[in-house]
Amino acid sequence: MIKQPVLNTSPKVSDEIRRTTCYMCACRCGINVHMKTGADGKQQVAYIEGNRDHPVNKGVLCAKGSAGIMQVTAPSRLRAPMKRVGPRGSGKFEEISWDEALDIATQWLAPIRAENPEKLAFFTGRDQSQSFTSYWAQGFGTPNYAAHGGFCSVNMAAAGIYTMGGAFWEFGQPDWDHTKLFILFGVAEDHDSNPIKIGLGKLKERGAKVIGVNPIRTGYNAVADEWVGITPGTDGLFILSLIHELLRAGKVDLNYLTRYTNAPVLVNSDPKSPDYGLFLRDEEGRELVVDRATGKPVPNDTKGIQPDLHGTYRHAGVTHKPVFHLIAERYLDPQYSPDAVAGRTGITANRIRRIAAEIARVAFEEEITLNRPWTDFRGQKHATMTGRPVSFHAMRGISAHSNGFQTCRALHVLQILIGSVEVPGGFRFKPPYPKPATAHPKPHCKVQPGQPLDGPHLGFVHGPQDLALKEDGSPARIDKAFTWENPMSAHGMMHMVISNAHAGDPYKIDTLFMYMANMAWNSSMNTKHVMDMLTDKDESGDYRIPRIIYSDAYSSEMVAYADLILPDTTYLERHDCISLLDRPICEADGAADAIRWPVIEPDRNVRGFQSVLCELGARLNLPGFVNEDGSQKYADYADYITNHQRRPGVGPLSGWRMTDKGLSNTGRGEPNEGQIDSYIANGGFWIKHVPEAASYYKPWNSDYQDWAVETGLFDKPTPYLFQLYVEPMRRFQLAAEGHGLRQPPDHLREQIKATLDPLPIWYPPFLDGHADPAEYPVQALTQRPMAMYHSWGSQNAWLRQIHGANPLYVPTKIWQANGFVEGDWARVSSPNGEITVPVVHMAALNENTVWTWNAIGKRKGAWALDRDAPEATRGFLLNHLIDELLPARGDGMRWSNSDPVTGQAAWFDLRVKIEKVKAPAEAQPVIAPQNSPVPPAPHDVKRKVTT
Amino acid sequence: MTELPTQTDRKLGLVIDLDTCVGCHACVIACKGWNTENYGAPLADADAYGAQPVGSFLNRVHSYEIQPPDNAPAQLIHFPKSCLHCEDAPCVTVCPTGASYKRVEDGIVLVNESDCIGCGLCAWACPYGAREMDPSEKVMKKCTLCVDRIYNENLPEEDREPACVRTCPAGARHFGDFADPDSNVSTLVAERGGIELMPEQGTKPVNRYLPPRPKDVEIDVLGPLLTPVAQEPRGFLGWLDKALERL
Repeated sequence: MIKQPVLNTSPKVSDEIRRTTCYMCACRCGINVHMKTGADGKQQVAYIEGNRDHPVNKGVLCAKGSAGIMQVTAPSRLRAPMKRVGPRGSGKFEEISWDEALDIATQWLAPIRAENPEKLAFFTGRDQSQSFTSYWAQGFGTPNYAAHGGFCSVNMAAAGIYTMGGAFWEFGQPDWDHTKLFILFGVAEDHDSNPIKIGLGKLKERGAKVIGVNPIRTGYNAVADEWVGITPGTDGLFILSLIHELLRAGKVDLNYLTRYTNAPVLVNSDPKSPDYGLFLRDEEGRELVVDRATGKPVPNDTKGIQPDLHGTYRHAGVTHKPVFHLIAERYLDPQYSPDAVAGRTGITANRIRRIAAEIARVAFEEEITLNRPWTDFRGQKHATMTGRPVSFHAMRGISAHSNGFQTCRALHVLQILIGSVEVPGGFRFKPPYPKPATAHPKPHCKVQPGQPLDGPHLGFVHGPQDLALKEDGSPARIDKAFTWENPMSAHGMMHMVISNAHAGDPYKIDTLFMYMANMAWNSSMNTKHVMDMLTDKDESGDYRIPRIIYSDAYSSEMVAYADLILPDTTYLERHDCISLLDRPICEADGAADAIRWPVIEPDRNVRGFQSVLCELGARLNLPGFVNEDGSQKYADYADYITNHQRRPGVGPLSGWRMTDKGLSNTGRGEPNEGQIDSYIANGGFWIKHVPEAASYYKPWNSDYQDWAVETGLFDKPTPYLFQLYVEPMRRFQLAAEGHGLRQPPDHLREQIKATLDPLPIWYPPFLDGHADPAEYPVQALTQRPMAMYHSWGSQNAWLRQIHGANPLYVPTKIWQANGFVEGDWARVSSPNGEITVPVVHMAALNENTVWTWNAIGKRKGAWALDRDAPEATRGFLLNHLIDELLPARGDGMRWSNSDPVTGQAAWFDLRVKIEKVKAPAEAQPVIAPQNSPVPPAPHDVKRKVTT
Repeated sequence: MTELPTQTDRKLGLVIDLDTCVGCHACVIACKGWNTENYGAPLADADAYGAQPVGSFLNRVHSYEIQPPDNAPAQLIHFPKSCLHCEDAPCVTVCPTGASYKRVEDGIVLVNESDCIGCGLCAWACPYGAREMDPSEKVMKKCTLCVDRIYNENLPEEDREPACVRTCPAGARHFGDFADPDSNVSTLVAERGGIELMPEQGTKPVNRYLPPRPKDVEIDVLGPLLTPVAQEPRGFLGWLDKALERL
């Protein structure tokens, strides 16, 4: 008889579960934080798991989320407000009180606001409270506000909104429950991570096919049934070739195109006309189409017409053609044939044909029909919902190129041509999307001393008249967003702020105020140069950027470059709202929002940044932050979340609002003092489900439109048509051709004409024309690991054991050509600089591409890591090889290394050469250590809540 | 020398789907979190913020690159690995103190930490490398199959599964009783050709792996490519005219 120990298999799990929202990345999953009473009698975090009821993650949780306990106990947490006492960059600080910190900030900012608010540049990196921070900046009156979209994925978002009223991730998702073919283009795997993995799991369970298009075969691409190892920067060409094949075979959804898109709209096709390329409209401004029944032009929304998709229509002596006619003419051209694009994309012609055939087969032979009656916005009733079950997902991989906007447009147009957007099995919007560009604000930039800005900073331009220019035509914003260089920069251009502020171009600023943006390290191109700019002094010995205020929860590399530090809390110590006014967490079947609340109390002298802004806003007397008697309006961020109203009845949170009938869950209502408690009781979130009749065809579905109004997403139904042809782009081209009063500078005319095409185009990444492709034959990329967030993962004691090093992965051809063996190092050079780094062989990789994990490399002295931590000795950044500007090419200009439409940083255009070198002691360049503003970390971690 | 039961009432274990695992390490950290706070000593991390961090983990994901024959594209396989709860577990029989044992009721292999002297023999005996010495407590750590979750009456019934299974975002991990031929895990193994890891070692592992489905299957020669409706744009517009008539 074997003797077994007696085991308690039902130990107490925790004393209490507190449900809040994760912030280990941008995904915003629901978490159950298990609390136990510690030896000190206080509740401590014992274990974190996913919340099964939560719409985002449905109970699962990624590695980052489960490691949250190491984040809220990290030794790198800042402890108190600090003012700089050593030279900028040295990391020498003195801890001060909050009163002193806020006095200093007020003394700096109040005169700026009184005299010239544009002298404040307020940029908030990975901020999840942008509707609040932008409201603060608007009250201050500076035009210089944005978050990090400009160096992240604005191409995807803006291309989606202009084309169809939304893009991927927060805007929409594949119909995971019905799709039969899923095509994934290069993607950041460290966010939207759980929903994509849940979705892939569903596809795998059903045996639906997954195609991964990515130069690198890791992660999601590793489980894809088919891997397309495309040449970086050629995704647009591949997509346009698919469109060529589909059109040639007539595999487009003509019914869908005539009903739901601007395919039939007539376009002025006379090159001599001042309206060349613009839509034909009637006197009321309605776009016109030709009705096949009468041959006459009629407004596109006329009931019962049969819009024509081709042919020419003469009006007032000018020839007009439908958008679809132009599409056919352009993409049937042999330049897009598989044979023509095969070499450039690195995909064989036969394979392109086969993938096109597969898309067509699934879309048109495996239709899905759901028995759900619905009514369209024209009043027509439909008995069923029919879908084409092909879906796509893409993010940063295709958008972080200088041709990214047009590439993203091409992908959205492909989805629309096959009729797979907002139909069963295709792509589905998440409320508050769909929302067309015309329903978003336009950018505002009118500055007046002591006054708020004239409207929201960021938005969507519809022509030259909407650019953010001063009266003399110079840029109104420090980042030069919404200028002729990048007219449609919908998210601003945070990556240009420091270099422009340093250069005093377009003007000098006084204070740079940043939040959660590691600009002195992984969030900037040309990292070393940015550090120099932050510390550079003018002739009189003053810093060129006179004052820097920075808020962060952790001892990031950027901390050392600030004059004043406002220490933020960790995510379990704070209030937040994940608001429908902001970047929401909705699902296709429901509108949802969520909160964070302090499940633990800070053990340091830190405050949530948004609460600090409430007080600072009051000290500065900003409208919206003071009561009529001048007293502080919101005691803290929780007070703002509960009581702020953006429009009557619509506030940061939609759940549990007050009406005359009591608490309401429609989404609208008056503020309710108990609202946050209701959220806490409900698991930290609120969700309102979309009715079944409203579940698909949302932009044109009258049930959905009415539901959206009831929910407070819109104030009136806002149906619209998809824009295959984006007319606002054509307006910029027309200006570049010399039409109109607002004219671009001459040196930008050709760029605007070439790149702001209203139909998707492909052009080679700009760097290809500046860096000699023969000298720099290799393309270099970064990826984000699923198990570590690219911004703040390395300080996590558990996660850094998974990703503590980032070698450069080298494909077989380059590995062999250089005679590399295990343990070797390589010098990697670009026109902008060189790095020397460890290399590792990887076969599942495009043969001309090298890559590494993003932001594993850390600077010595930062993040409370030991100075000999591998992140600081062998870890490295590719950022040293990338510049905000392209290399000079002898035309007297320095062109921006960004997309010419949106200004998105072209991180993935990078070209390098690679050569084997003797292993140095450490990865090069070695950056001098910073003083750590926090005490050294403990040697061992061994955490258990003992009672 | 510690005895193994001749047979167990149930054979609890995991099925891990290598076709679905994206290598995200969610299971690794959920396991670390649960088992730090629960069974035995916390899973410690030595030199946690230093040059050579060494923590104990009960589950790790390794990635292997595969070069298929005939120049097909290379593949990357994510391979989560933890104790396989072998029927003939050499880690048990090698244990000099009886600390390592296999439970009669469900087959779970456990270490009774109070009897463990940290000699490390079991880790040497395990052909899978599934045991790790805790760097702080110097006791042997291994997968418990969350024995303190799966029967835990303080947890809702739906949560009575190992932490790694509960958290897996892609649903690549399954928990159940292999002694029951109709269980979820037995069914999956039968349907998908689940395999034993290194059967030649004779350890009779309980856990099973579902192999990746074939990838990059070259062109189906019977699969038709698209037939053009016309060769020229003009011809296309002719087709379009007819197609619109039919709408």
